[in-house]
Formats: sequence, C-alpha cells, structure tokens
Amino acid sequence: MALNTQTNLFEPGKRYFRAFSPGDDFYEALIDTHRDLSDEQSAMVNARLILLLANHIGDISVLREAMQIAREGV
Amino acid sequence: MLSTFQYPKFEYIRPPEIAEGRDGHYPVIIVGAGPVGLTTAIDLAQQGQKVLLVDNDDTVSLGSRGVCYAKRALEVLDRLGCGEEMVAKGVSWNVGRTFFREEEVFSFNLCPEPDHHRPGMINLQQYYLEDYLVKRARQLPNLEMRFKHNVIGVTQGEHVATLRVETPDGACTLTTDWLVVADGARSPIRTMLGLDIEGKIFMDRFLIADVVMKAEYPTERWFWFDPPFHPNQSVLLHRQADNVWRIDFQLGWGADPETEKKPENVIPRIKAMLGDNREFELEWVSVYTFQCRRMNSFNHGRVLFVGDAAHQVSPFGARGANSGIQDADNLAWKLKLVMDGKAPATLLDTYTDERGFAADENIMNSTRSTDFITPKSAVSKTFRNAVLGLAEHYPFARALVNSGRLSVPSFFTDSCLNTPDADTFSGDMVPGAPMDDAPVVASSGGSEWLLGHLGDCFQVLHYVEDADALPPATAQALAALADAPIPVETLVVANRGAAPGGLKTLLDTHARIKARYDLEPGTTYLARPDQHVAARWRNFDAAAIRAAVARATCNA
Repeated sequence: MALNTQTNLFEPGKRYFRAFSPGDDFYEALIDTHRDLSDEQSAMVNARLILLLANHIGDISVLREAMQIAREGV
Repeated sequence: MLSTFQYPKFEYIRPPEIAEGRDGHYPVIIVGAGPVGLTTAIDLAQQGQKVLLVDNDDTVSLGSRGVCYAKRALEVLDRLGCGEEMVAKGVSWNVGRTFFREEEVFSFNLCPEPDHHRPGMINLQQYYLEDYLVKRARQLPNLEMRFKHNVIGVTQGEHVATLRVETPDGACTLTTDWLVVADGARSPIRTMLGLDIEGKIFMDRFLIADVVMKAEYPTERWFWFDPPFHPNQSVLLHRQADNVWRIDFQLGWGADPETEKKPENVIPRIKAMLGDNREFELEWVSVYTFQCRRMNSFNHGRVLFVGDAAHQVSPFGARGANSGIQDADNLAWKLKLVMDGKAPATLLDTYTDERGFAADENIMNSTRSTDFITPKSAVSKTFRNAVLGLAEHYPFARALVNSGRLSVPSFFTDSCLNTPDADTFSGDMVPGAPMDDAPVVASSGGSEWLLGHLGDCFQVLHYVEDADALPPATAQALAALADAPIPVETLVVANRGAAPGGLKTLLDTHARIKARYDLEPGTTYLARPDQHVAARWRNFDAAAIRAAVARATCNA
C-alpha cells in the first residue's frame, strides 16, 4: 500500500455539507492538543503522537515514504 | 480621499410627533439603516407590513467596509429586488489563490458547479449596497425612513417597547409592538437594555486600504502568508468596483493605529507589495481589531437583534454582513406571521435557535481561519508552516490551508421547524437546507432560475415527468393548499408539459433540479418563505403538507 496523500479525514457518523469541514475539525483538535503547553512539552506531545499513529498505520513501507516526504525540503 | 463615489445626503424631515407635540405608535420600528436593518425593513414592507426605519446618520457607510457579498446573500437580495444591481456593479469572482512566501500553494473555486444564477462571491463597496437598498426602500410606500433620528433611550414592557429619539428638532417618544435592533457591533440599544454579548477579542491589528489604480490583475482573491514584501505577516488583495482595490495588511498587536494610518506609512507598504512604480491613489484607510462574540439570545420579548448587534466574527470569510442579511431573511417572515396572529410568538425563539446556530458556525469557522492565519504559539506556527510547505505537492495539505472559509449558508438540520424525513433521499437538500438553485423555464414566464420563483410564502414543489399528465384530482388538491390561513403556493416541476388548472409549472430544462433534489415522479418538497427546505416526501399527501406547515410555524 502506498502513502495516501489525498484528502482522507472524516469522522464516522458525521454528515458534512462543506468539503473544508473535516480537515478543519481535525486541525482545530490538533492545535487544541497543544493548548497551554511549553515548547518542550509540545515537542514531546508531537513525538508521542507520531509513535501512536505509526503503530496504528503498521505498514513500515508507508511510514518510510511519509518519513522521506516529511524530511524533504526542511 | 474617496474620489470614486459621490455620497448621497438623505433629507432629514421633521417627524410628525414633534410637529404635533405627541407620542407616536408603530407596529414595527427598525433601528439602523445599514445593510441588515435595510434588508429587514424591505423584507417586511415587501410582505405588506407598515415599517418605520430610523437611523442616526443621513448618508451611507463611510469607506468600503464590507466588500464581499456571497451567493446566498445575493439570492436574498434578489428576492428583495436588489440582486441584479449588485451583481451588475460588483466584481464577480469564484477563484481564490493562496501564496506562501513566493510560491502559490493552493487555489479554490467557490462555485465549481455549473448552472447556478449567482457567482460564489461579488466584491462591492458597502456604500453601493446601502445606496441600492435605500433606493429599493423608497419604492415601498409602506416603508418610512427617518434620518438623523438618534435613539437615546429604550425600555420595554410586556406589549410594547418605548424609544426616546433625538432629532435636530428635539426629542420625541415612539412606541412600537416590535423593535428590530440593527445598530451595529457596538449596539447602543443592547447596552441601554443591559444585555450581554460574550466572546473574545483577538490580539492583532490589521491595516485596511482602498487603493484606486489601473491594474490588470485577474479578478481573484489573492492571499499571502509571509510574503517577501511583508515578512512574517499576511496580506490580502481584492478587487472592488471602479478600479478600487482592497489591500489588507496584518500588522500585529504592537502596531500603533494612528501611526499606521498615516499615508507616509501606508504608501511604502503598498509600493513594496506592487513591486513597481505604477500610480495609485489612497481612497480610504483604517486600522481594525476584531472580536468573535454573540448574544446568548437574539430575541428578548418585544426586541429582536439582527446582524452585528447580535453577533460578530473576524473578517476572514466575509461572514459579517452576509450572515446579517441571512438574519433578516430568517426573521422577516417569522415576525410577519406573528404580527398577523398566524403564528405564536414562540416562532421568534426559532429565529434565535437557527441564527444562533449559524452565528456559532460563523464564529467557529472564522476563529479557525484566524488561528491558522495568525498562529498563537510556536508549535501552532510550525504546524501552519508545515501545512503550507506540503500544500504545493500534496492535496491533503491543500485542504488544510485556511486563509478564510468564505461565507456559505448554514444547514439547519436540527431545527424544530423541520419535519424529519420518513422517506429515503440522497443529496444535500435535507430538511433545514438552504435550497439549491437551477435553471428553469416557467409557464408563467419570469425568472429563468428556480430561486427566482421561490420565497416570500410557503411553497410546494411537486415533481412529475409530464405536467400535462398530472391527474386533475392531484392538481385540485395542490391548488387547494393555497386556500388556508397560511397559504401554500404550488410549483409543478416537470420535464415537459404544463400542469392543469393554471398551476405554475417549472420545466427542469437542464435536469439539475432532478439531480440536486433527488427527484422521482411524485417527490414533493415543502419550501419555507426563506428558501429553506421544511419537509419532503416521495408522494404527494395534502394532510402531511398541512401538518408540516403547522410544524414550520410553531402551530403544531
């Protein structure tokens, strides 16, 4: 399976009438996760988040592709 | 400054209350002749209601202010007879482009679907909108406008609200059965009544400049994150009518408004942005901050709040005037039914329910845009720049770029006025949905668009393939719906033919109504006077329609 870079966010059972809504729902939740944290704490939250999501994805070839893209251009 | 527009001066007329030394009583008084007050006044007057509109000034909006009018607001203005002028004078656009530093990372099209009458958005200076609305208001003999009338006191009892109004000839007292408050974000009347509005102020300042220049940029919305000519901040460029361009520079909270407004400080910013020596003239400059807040309830006894007086959002997304115009659209038919004794006053609670829901949605979307455009923490800025960096090559990241989610109408899916679906439908035209437009040919002539035939009363859309073949008994039952205290007009939607008994027939020439409303022969929709779906069925059932009208008017 290749890394999916198309829009893919949704919440089960939720009806969306606007294409931008699911992405904005996610982004707000992501930023809220960091509310009132120090930069150091935020870095730790991000690291833990990546580890949790990586395990959920499981397929290491997909993760390698994502890691490569993430590193490009930084 | 302000060379492209000639400001009208509206005549002050000494009110009869002062001339005759008495108090005055009116069934409905609207305070504030901005876009929202005027829209509400015109809507009520168009329904035959006698209306008094008062304003403390005697001209239109100073400066361009609200410049983006969305498709849904234009559809409301069409219903009120001003949409055509707006679109003819305004600059229609659908495409927005977003740049990060020097690269374009994202573009969007507000109206990717064909066969809608109105564009996604037009840009037009607010003073034109107000000018057109005043002209329209003057055509309505039962709508009286009084300028230079400043409300200095308001009280309300169980049955009337009482206003103390100051004019150039002194003060007088007016009473009214219903008071509609459209006196803007600072709403003096809200303060006089001791009512709260809650929310938050955003710690940022923006410089807004209207510039007159000849430029060959396309009519698109251009938004820059961190451009080389204005590092670490955002910039927005928009074209308006008369070669006026709106430029919006983010300044940061530390900026001094008075210093920033000085031409010697504004002009270099614009020159850096234009990047050449083209000639331009500054027409209007302002520095603003903003708040996102709303009143808990928009209706308080005899007093109803509309527009900025009831709720405010950040300007990203053009959700201010556009939502205010939709407030008027939602309120006017409800208030008229209550005033006519055809619906209980609880119908006005649904104005708060529905428009409060819309206000929450507007505040949520504009707050999200604000948080993306002006990140509040280092990690938030890192995520924002990561999204912008990925957006050029990866579609998922483009969807996350938020330079303003432009005003679109709310779907009132949880409104108590809806009759829930008992039958199965696909598509978005659910009960509570703002109704989609489509091209039509009408047996009666007139508009070539569906929405041109919708609004101002309850209506049934009944679909058959061949209108000639509509059974006479069905035609009779449909026609009989008009004969009720709250009449229901019938529109037969068909592929061909003309319905018997003189029922208005709309031919679905492009099959867009069929597709957008998921029509099958027999499908019947009930539309509210504000062009929202109230109910729908797979078969025509007059009793079900009457019950749905009762439900949609709090008469159930």
